[in-house]
Amino acid sequence: MAEILVLAEHDGEAVKKVTLELVTLARRFGEPAVVWTGAGAESARARLAEHGAAKVYIAAAPEYDDYVVAPKAELLAELAKQSSPAAVFLANTAEGREVGGRLAVKTGWGILTDVVGLDDDLSAEQVIFGGAINVKSRVRSGTPIIAVRPNAISPEAAAGEAVIEPVSIMVSDTAKQARITDRVVQQRGARPELTEASIVVSGGRGVGSADNMALIEKLADSLGAAVGASRAVTDAGWYPHQFQVGQTGKTVSPQLYVAVGISGAIQHRAGMQTSKTIMVVNKDPEAPIFELADFGVVGDLFKVVPQLVEEIEKRAG
Amino acid sequence: MNIVVCVKQVPDTWSERTLRESDSTLDRDAADAVINELDEFAIEEGLRLAEAHGGEVTILSMGPERASESIRKALSMGADKAVHLVDDALAGSDVLATSAALAAVLSQIGFDLVILGSESTDARTGVVPAMLSERLGVPQLSFASKVQIDGNSITINRLADYGYDTVVATLPAVVSVVEKINEPRYPSFKGIMAAKKKPVQIMSVADIGVDASQVGLANAATEVLSFAKRPARQAGTIVTDEGEGGSKAAEFLAARKFI
Repeated sequence: MAEILVLAEHDGEAVKKVTLELVTLARRFGEPAVVWTGAGAESARARLAEHGAAKVYIAAAPEYDDYVVAPKAELLAELAKQSSPAAVFLANTAEGREVGGRLAVKTGWGILTDVVGLDDDLSAEQVIFGGAINVKSRVRSGTPIIAVRPNAISPEAAAGEAVIEPVSIMVSDTAKQARITDRVVQQRGARPELTEASIVVSGGRGVGSADNMALIEKLADSLGAAVGASRAVTDAGWYPHQFQVGQTGKTVSPQLYVAVGISGAIQHRAGMQTSKTIMVVNKDPEAPIFELADFGVVGDLFKVVPQLVEEIEKRAG
Repeated sequence: MNIVVCVKQVPDTWSERTLRESDSTLDRDAADAVINELDEFAIEEGLRLAEAHGGEVTILSMGPERASESIRKALSMGADKAVHLVDDALAGSDVLATSAALAAVLSQIGFDLVILGSESTDARTGVVPAMLSERLGVPQLSFASKVQIDGNSITINRLADYGYDTVVATLPAVVSVVEKINEPRYPSFKGIMAAKKKPVQIMSVADIGVDASQVGLANAATEVLSFAKRPARQAGTIVTDEGEGGSKAAEFLAARKFI
């Protein structure tokens, strides 16, 4: 059976959930062969095996962490040449897409991004124009390069060998042009990552100030959720830009999305419309976000949210 | 410094966007056309860098005839000149063909710095900056929330989930920007008048040495098989808070086993 190359995303120790989703998906089409760059593969190996990874290619050279994207694309191109995979799967993150794009240029293979599901013939489902249209598409030249939206697939356990195969491929000078000299970690805390979280709580204009975002954080923490924000909030500087959910920010697809004080302009809906369950708190009953709500409360968020937090904490004991 | 800003004309997010029944490509007539929002930040950054370090800003846009409106707007913001790559052969091009065509123009006209928005609001693939960098063999400085140039050296903050990376490279380079980077200016009346006289060079695929059989819908590496309007979500339960809104929300979450 042909391999499916899966580029792992990780933080140097733990593998990200989206990679387990990709391995789960890959099992339907071939032998999942995870490609791990940099450190941490040994500690993550068990998790990969539990999800059915047949093989783990480890390229441990520091260049993969020290330079932007290009070395990873080179690695994938070389591995693809050696193993003739049936497909290459990446996470639809900023970096996953960029690696895929460079790989597409190197190989001439077609790339599909933001895929939310795959048919047996590797034709892909996508949701475009802010969730307005479902599209079925396919790669017709070369091996499909497919970037899958985090949280679109549920990771499922299955035993795999996760046989380690070290690879050392020389990174070219051309791939070492954009050097990362510093990594600045801002406000991560214990919360899950936005695109990976199964629950996301987002605040919008109605929250009113940077200080009030603490209320959103409090609700998020009571649910073990990630915090998101609408464009109005990040533009106003009430919350850091990387937490923006929407057309010019992150696209999330959690099990539960809680929109607080967000009107639901198309710019925002584009980033959250495929959430499985949507709950809304907004004082304006005419706000378009209510059209998406499985459950909505028309009311003052400064009254509703504290009561909700209290109830959640009560139930949690 | 020779700065080229790539600009894409897209359907306005606020209008009804759809695909054409005939060939599943974007229905450009159905919607108002505007400059891709993130490209305005790219234009602004190009103008600021040219103002600070000297040099010229050239707008490069690939698109149908109608894209000339967006090019004029970019010129009215203050760019010096433009190249409009327009050719029926390019219609329906995928990201591979688009990046190949843009790279061919860039190689021909030359550049110290190429700036783009990090993604377009219509296709949202976010891969073209990386592809251009790959094709041109120059550093990829994407998702920049800050750009600093010192002589031949360029440093950016590359936005990431955890914060940002500081990335250093040597010019020439490809930069893509996020909206955090600046506040795009509005065209002034003077700018609008001046834009009418600014040169726009029209180029075809033949002019840039690209084989027409390598681009366009028929030669794309990907294809749309079908599309359908997404069904509306089932109407949910909406309650008005009369002192128990939070409790009711908690009941809903409990019923759905989230708590």
